[in-house]
Amino acid sequence: MRDFEYEAPVTLDAAVSLLAEHDGRARPLAGGTDLIDHVRTGRLKPDLVVDLKKIPELNVLEMGAGGLRLGAAVPCWRIYGHEGIIRDYSALADSVRIIGGMQIQNRASVGGNLCNSGPAADSTPALIALEANCVIAGPNGRREVPAEAFCTGPNMNVLSRGELLVELRFPPRPPKSGSHYRRFIPRNEMDIAVVGVGAAVVLDESGERFVSARIGLGAVAATPLFARDASDLLAGQPVSEEAIRRAAAAARAIVRPIDDKRGTIEFRIHVTGVLVERVLWMAVDRARNVPHS
Amino acid sequence: MARKRIVTTTINGRKNEFLCEPRQTLLEVLRDVLDLTGTKEGCSNGNCGACTVLLDGRAVDSCLVLAVEVDGAEVETIEGVAPVEGLDPIQHAFLEQAALQCGICTPGFIMSAKALLAENPQPSEAEIRFSLAGNLCRCTGYDKIVRAVQQAAETRVAHR
Ligand SMILES: Cc1cc2nc3c(=O)[nH]c(=O)nc-3n(C[C@H](O)[C@H](O)[C@H](O)COP(=O)(O)OP(=O)(O)OC[C@H]3O[C@@H](n4cnc5c(N)ncnc54)[C@H](O)[C@@H]3O)c2cc1C
Ligand code: FES
Ligand code: FES
Repeated sequence: MRDFEYEAPVTLDAAVSLLAEHDGRARPLAGGTDLIDHVRTGRLKPDLVVDLKKIPELNVLEMGAGGLRLGAAVPCWRIYGHEGIIRDYSALADSVRIIGGMQIQNRASVGGNLCNSGPAADSTPALIALEANCVIAGPNGRREVPAEAFCTGPNMNVLSRGELLVELRFPPRPPKSGSHYRRFIPRNEMDIAVVGVGAAVVLDESGERFVSARIGLGAVAATPLFARDASDLLAGQPVSEEAIRRAAAAARAIVRPIDDKRGTIEFRIHVTGVLVERVLWMAVDRARNVPHS
Repeated sequence: MARKRIVTTTINGRKNEFLCEPRQTLLEVLRDVLDLTGTKEGCSNGNCGACTVLLDGRAVDSCLVLAVEVDGAEVETIEGVAPVEGLDPIQHAFLEQAALQCGICTPGFIMSAKALLAENPQPSEAEIRFSLAGNLCRCTGYDKIVRAVQQAAETRVAHR
């Protein structure tokens, strides 16, 4: 592997300074499950690798009245093992449970998944559905960006030089809400999503009407997408086959997938509709507290 | 060239200090510096699991960990699995079930199985297959490996 220096700062300020001083020649390291391969294959050529795992802010995992705070370096296994997340932020738990296998999940973080900014990243549609905000720190201070605005192209995002992702903040989930993430892959596990869909719904007290919904889509465009129209179509509608089919059609209308060995454009568009329906129904069942195995 | 670092870890229960460059992976250091060649290299990109070791008790691909990252941590490799006398029940079960042919995947499977059984002592067949999905085998067709892990789970329970 190419030669590089390694630092493991213990404060956020020190990490930001290191990244800023090295002006584009430094690269943050979380779980390394993308980064180490990218350096080995020469896709990335950092002179300095800045390990973020010793910074307390990036290891935060807290749920309270203000919602959920998820540090950018928290590995998948801590997330899918968290009772509160499984219950209230199910789509997030669903997505991190299927990122790679056990060995990957023991290292890989949601922050790394988002910052790698792959179009098929599994956790990003869940972040979009659950309305996550990305807290970014850099030489000019802090800013926040909604998850759906973070990625700007394949492996590109809004971070500028010296900036890093600190944490993801999720608003509290109202009563009668539920969420789910699911992807289509030809294997049972260990594969890249052909299509991935995350959805979160809030129902009224009767459980028969949508108050609101949010649908995130992965692997069907150059970046993960927020299906805004499809989501808005559901607000105020009764929970019905018809309303859900209409939302699925609206989601199909915005996808711009590519043709590759994993699936054709036509197939991906079709699967988007199928998955949006299934994921919405699962989110509805969870909001209604219908038990699933 | 980046300066070499001193890394202090516990490997298979023994305190250990080694020198390495930041760009060296844990896999490289285990095999080439520490001569612990039981850990195998298959793909070196996280897909095959041949290089699986336990890092603070959790299964990781050592080809995706920088050796400098394990400073202060505990590492367990295949060399640390067998007791002083005989074999671990998992190793024993792999032999009895003939769960290996060429054997290059075996150390990784045993480490993954060890991590799985520590967390879930009586996994279902589906749970075994899901947990071992990060380990590839080109020879056995997996059924024998799954049976070996089932047998290991049974003997472990019986011996408690
Ligand atoms: C075998 C295998 C299977 C995989 N399967 C899946 C899968 O099923 N689904 C999936 O979505 N992905 C998968 N991946 C990809 C990868 O595991 C995930 O993208 C993972 O979440 C990356 O997280 P990490 O912590 O390892 O990131 P790292 O590799 O540490 O970092 C990823 C990138 O983000 C940057 N970065 C990391 N943290 C920050 C931060 N806080 N601020 C700014 N930049 C940062 C790094 O510089 C790097 O460019 C797989 C990878 C492998 C090797
Ligand atoms: S050699 Fe590490 S996963 Fe294949
Ligand atoms: S026994 Fe040969 S790869 Fe598994």
